[in-house]
Amino acid sequence: MGELKLMKGNEALAEAMIRVGCDGYFGYPITPQSEVIEYLSREATPRTGMVILQAESEVASINMIYGAAGAGRRVATTSSSPGISLMQEGLSYIAGAELPCLVVNVVRGGPGLGTIQPSQSDYFQATKGGGHGDYHLIVLAPYNVQEMVDFVKLGFELAEKYRNPVMILADGAMGQMMEKVVLFDQQPRKTEFPEWATTGKPKDKPHRVVTSLFIEPEVMEQVNLRLQAKYREIEQKEVMFQTIDTEDADYIFTGFGLGARIAMKAMEIARSKGIKVGLIRPITVYPFPYSIYKEIAPKIKGILDIELNAGQMIEDVRLAVEGKVPVEFFGRMGGMIPDPESVVEHFEKVFLGGK
Amino acid sequence: MTEEAIFAGFGGQGILSMGMILAYAGMIEGKEVCWMPSYGPEMRGGTANAITIISDKLISSPIISRFDSVVALNQPSVDKFEHKIKEGGVLIYDASNILKPPTRKDIQIYGVQGSETAIKLKNVRVLNMVILGSFIAARKTVDPKAIYKALESVLPERYHHLLPLNQKAFEEGMALIN
Repeated sequence: MGELKLMKGNEALAEAMIRVGCDGYFGYPITPQSEVIEYLSREATPRTGMVILQAESEVASINMIYGAAGAGRRVATTSSSPGISLMQEGLSYIAGAELPCLVVNVVRGGPGLGTIQPSQSDYFQATKGGGHGDYHLIVLAPYNVQEMVDFVKLGFELAEKYRNPVMILADGAMGQMMEKVVLFDQQPRKTEFPEWATTGKPKDKPHRVVTSLFIEPEVMEQVNLRLQAKYREIEQKEVMFQTIDTEDADYIFTGFGLGARIAMKAMEIARSKGIKVGLIRPITVYPFPYSIYKEIAPKIKGILDIELNAGQMIEDVRLAVEGKVPVEFFGRMGGMIPDPESVVEHFEKVFLGGK
Repeated sequence: MTEEAIFAGFGGQGILSMGMILAYAGMIEGKEVCWMPSYGPEMRGGTANAITIISDKLISSPIISRFDSVVALNQPSVDKFEHKIKEGGVLIYDASNILKPPTRKDIQIYGVQGSETAIKLKNVRVLNMVILGSFIAARKTVDPKAIYKALESVLPERYHHLLPLNQKAFEEGMALIN
């Protein structure tokens, strides 16, 4: 068992990047995640020799990621919503070129420059593509500071296993709050690189090319078919979710990340009133855990989806239950936080006839 | 046991540290802890707050709107949080800083002479420790020994010569309640 510490989400994330043996971090500060680059520039290089570079913009940092990942290095960047929007072109290229890397979005309220307060309004962008072309990121949604640590390790494992960019979809609260964390031990940085990495042409082997440009449509379609086969495999093997007290539940609350934490509190309040509520929390939001909702739908009377947005994940929940059970929504937008009492009030109004 | 507290006041009064010290102390006692600071536009307006939750069981929402206890070190914080305290809860405020005292009858209210005590100790910056002492005396959320140990973690080493002063301030604060 590793060390127990009290840490801010952003700092825990940065510490995990050092410990996982990251070779480089390229980023640009933006609230509410600037502590990541602050922490890394103070701690990382003396400990592991990790390269920490503040780029001139988010467009530059994602392209530095593209380059370093192409050379087989373990690299990460972090930003918040407006910065992540700037990275979308690069992410599409990285997905097209099938390179592993870790990108963290500490989401703030939008659209536009928006607000610095916590939000979940980048769910569609994260899970449905974001950039151009038929591609997916693998998207992990942490709901506490411990998962900010664990998902750095898991994220790189998945990224390297599938040669696919992984995103941690957090929010301002996950970044700013302090909780107990158990840190894993320092891992050595890699000294061997994959056979596709552009580490220099050996005399006896052909050039290694990393690209997302396949100008012949016949070839481009084959690339797409390979990508789609990979996404189906990910959907088969990598779905993660958590359920709480679903066995006797008449109703389900659902949400991811901070939304799930608020749903848990609302569930405590509802249970104290004698209403049997359970919880489903998607941990991977791509691949989305459709099957658990489908399985539970015939056994319950309704689902209340709680998000810090106008209702985005709810589309996946509705797809999953195929109309077999009503799915209602409660959310706040623009950096406002749904309060658990209001969640329960809304639940009573829509499901119990305003009792 | 679950304590859902908020510490609120002006920036520079050590509001965020009060919550952080309590969170550390909770962790030292093996409890679940969560500390959520305000970092938004209200910080720029001069007031700061930190929600601090200490519990025997897993903590659900880190952001809550009703509190067992409120520590308010300025008038806007009393005005903002007095009506968000659960019935039977506690409000501790710095009597030296408040012109319009709280009025609720269904909660316990302690107006403590925090700033005066800190001035007596010849360091206004220990106001937060005085008030934290009063808080622990009123709430008994953690043992004072855990607070002293937590202080060592929260105070950077170059300030460790101030540990005895901070402990003294904390004890004085406890005495204001007992």
